[in-house]
Amino acid sequence: MGESGIRPAVAADIPGVIALDGEVTGLRKPDYWQDMFERYGAPRGGIGFFLVAEHAGRIDGFIVGEVRAWEFGSPPSGWIFAVQVRSRLRVQGLGSRLFSAVCERFRAAGIDRVRTMVARDNTMIHSFFRSQGMMAGPFIELEMRLD
Amino acid sequence: MRLQKATIFGLYAVLELAADPARQLTAVEIAEKYGISTNHLAKVLRDLGRAGLVDAVRGVGGGYRFSGDARRLTLMDVIRVFEDIAPDVDDPAPQVGQDIAEGLRFVLAELDSQTVPTLQSISLSSMLKLVARRPWAARRSR
Repeated sequence: MGESGIRPAVAADIPGVIALDGEVTGLRKPDYWQDMFERYGAPRGGIGFFLVAEHAGRIDGFIVGEVRAWEFGSPPSGWIFAVQVRSRLRVQGLGSRLFSAVCERFRAAGIDRVRTMVARDNTMIHSFFRSQGMMAGPFIELEMRLD
Repeated sequence: MRLQKATIFGLYAVLELAADPARQLTAVEIAEKYGISTNHLAKVLRDLGRAGLVDAVRGVGGGYRFSGDARRLTLMDVIRVFEDIAPDVDDPAPQVGQDIAEGLRFVLAELDSQTVPTLQSISLSSMLKLVARRPWAARRSR
């Protein structure tokens, strides 16, 4: 079995992205992924990145990120807000290759820091980002109910 | 948070052995490297052996070898061999009306809620990679 190639997503990839995400999460979100592709699929002046890992026409993984500038006084940084790898291909390096690919694009955009946010109880994705070398940063996520 | 001495020694030993799973080390060798009590470490290694994290190799030239999967085992898996650091739900609840006590418990629980997920998310393999990168050196030089 060959290795998946990593490249920017095209419109024809989105059904595969929707199917993969649906398979992993148990929720099909076609409108959400279509909207994500429209926002990040075409390079928005080099600040949005929607990359897919594809092998023989099948989408095996994807990662989505963008450059966020001066939020909360922070210099521009890369922000990853979606990453997914087909279950049976996990812990084989594909997620790491997707992560490296998006980080490479952030670097090319002049960015020297990448951030993300994970749910506290999502050990799998938390472990993935830790395995890439990510650690707690200088910000703390805060929230409140708007009753 | 403050971990017990046995837990820290257990983490030293497991990470030292996991760094090279083919290598076997004696309690004396590990204790000398970290400047810790050999007797205490020997007991810790027995506990790690019972938990299946290390194998004891008996006889002349014996010692201990890592026997787990460093990509799957986390810091929390090692810590749990020695202590329970889950939030202390057995704390006597303050009486109704003690709003300040309840408020403080609420804030302290927020701190606790970060600890376990963090330790559960760092595999031994990720920890060893972090050690190799030495990010604390960059932080000190800033």
